[in-house]
Amino acid sequence: MITAVRKPMEEILEYVSPYKRILLVGCNECVTVCAAGGRKEVAILSSALQMALMKQGKTLEVREITLERQCDPEYVEELATEIDRVDAVVSMACGCGVQEVARRFKDRAVFPAVNTLFMGASERHGVWSERCQGCGDCLLGITGGICPVARCSKRLLNGPCGGSTGGKCEISPDVDCAWQLIWDRLKQLGLEKRYEEIISAKDWRTSRDGGPRRIVREDLE
Amino acid sequence: MVTESTLEKVLAAGHLAVTAECGPPRGAVPEKIREKAELLRGYADGINVTDNQTAMVRMSSLAACIFIRQMGLDPILQMVTRDRNRLAMQSDILGAYAHGIHTMLCLSGDHPHFGDHPMAANVYDLDSIQLLQTVRGMRDQGRFQGGDEILNPPKMFVGAAANPFADPFELRVARLAKKVKAGADFIQTQCIYNLEKFERWMAGVRARGLHEKVHILAGITPMKSAGMARYMKNKVPGMDVPDEVVKRMAGVPKENQAKEGIKIAIETIQRLKAVEGVKGFHIMAIEWEQKVPEIVQSAGLYPRPQL
Repeated sequence: MITAVRKPMEEILEYVSPYKRILLVGCNECVTVCAAGGRKEVAILSSALQMALMKQGKTLEVREITLERQCDPEYVEELATEIDRVDAVVSMACGCGVQEVARRFKDRAVFPAVNTLFMGASERHGVWSERCQGCGDCLLGITGGICPVARCSKRLLNGPCGGSTGGKCEISPDVDCAWQLIWDRLKQLGLEKRYEEIISAKDWRTSRDGGPRRIVREDLE
Repeated sequence: MVTESTLEKVLAAGHLAVTAECGPPRGAVPEKIREKAELLRGYADGINVTDNQTAMVRMSSLAACIFIRQMGLDPILQMVTRDRNRLAMQSDILGAYAHGIHTMLCLSGDHPHFGDHPMAANVYDLDSIQLLQTVRGMRDQGRFQGGDEILNPPKMFVGAAANPFADPFELRVARLAKKVKAGADFIQTQCIYNLEKFERWMAGVRARGLHEKVHILAGITPMKSAGMARYMKNKVPGMDVPDEVVKRMAGVPKENQAKEGIKIAIETIQRLKAVEGVKGFHIMAIEWEQKVPEIVQSAGLYPRPQL
């Protein structure tokens, strides 16, 4: 899923301060799962904003709505009936959702209320970590199911570097060394020999380096 | 001889090689680099010039190498893949070769997290092994990494680093094998304080015959004080300083600790000379280049062969 965390209150307050009426829009997908921008977080932020502004002697009318999927025009369309009643929109979706709302409603300012972080998985309750960078040419088939692009701090394709200590990365004891994980897994699978096959220089065109990416599926168009 | 590198000549003639490290200044002060390099004249077959080591901005390795080359000495261009993409690295290699620099070392580099620009983007378009392949492709096929032909291809004698002390230990020989496969001509190791562990690694290297495919230069860093020993033990990732070494440094009065550090370095060289497959020494006297002549002389590595 795409993970996110809420922005600092001060930043959100600064965005909304010129306005009297805002639409606060959550999303029922990834940001709900990572507890950053679902229905519950929309309600919490709504009260927090109103209370904070009340303390400053101001009032803010907040209309709350949580869409099924904010990155999908079909669902964003549901805001059409609400948009005329507000001066601005604050989105609690990932950056994709924010941009979809901005694209659809050109005459309303749209502000993000979360910082979108990474594509990751839940390690345990309340802990998520990065798993994929969307490089567009998946290597997991040759790296034992652990991604060096996303999980090695230097994205080394032929690690580990000289800083790997006790299974941890040189940047922090809280970060696993991806190459230690890869090695352990290759061993478990009896594929140690694969380690010595050099992974040659990656073609980053399929990644962000080739410019903004697009998928066109003619069979579905 | 594949290249015009002095280091290659010394190693090919079967001598124990000596290289020494020289860190460029944190400012536009060429006299600093000249001063440091002058201290090493006659005592090293190649002078490693670090590339933004510990992720701190310094004068570029290439620029400092050119100053050293102009002094008639033999610089070794260190290149980390952290700061530049494959276009920038290959263009620097062309520039270096055009300036008469014939030896280089391929590294991934410390993460920016450690340096003075932790907010910087880290590039890692290539890793150190892919950079080795690139340099060898430029030299042997006369082609850029992208495939195009090079006008007067740079013939670099190319090295890589090895850290026998990082984890997992069982992978460290295999990782060296990968660097050899990628085309490393020589290897400079991490500073060695745990001799027993280094010798175990070398046994693994010999068991696979890798010592016959690549010249291994053992890394030596003299310690200035017990404080430095403790710092290296506890704070530098991938560094293995055994307790006995710290104790030995701490066991002498403060004013004699530097002398003790030099003594340890010399003893280490003497012992490692006997290890089959060690083809020379890489002396990294950090901001202490003036001690290199004494170490080289006392370790019986002087005079350097004139080839």
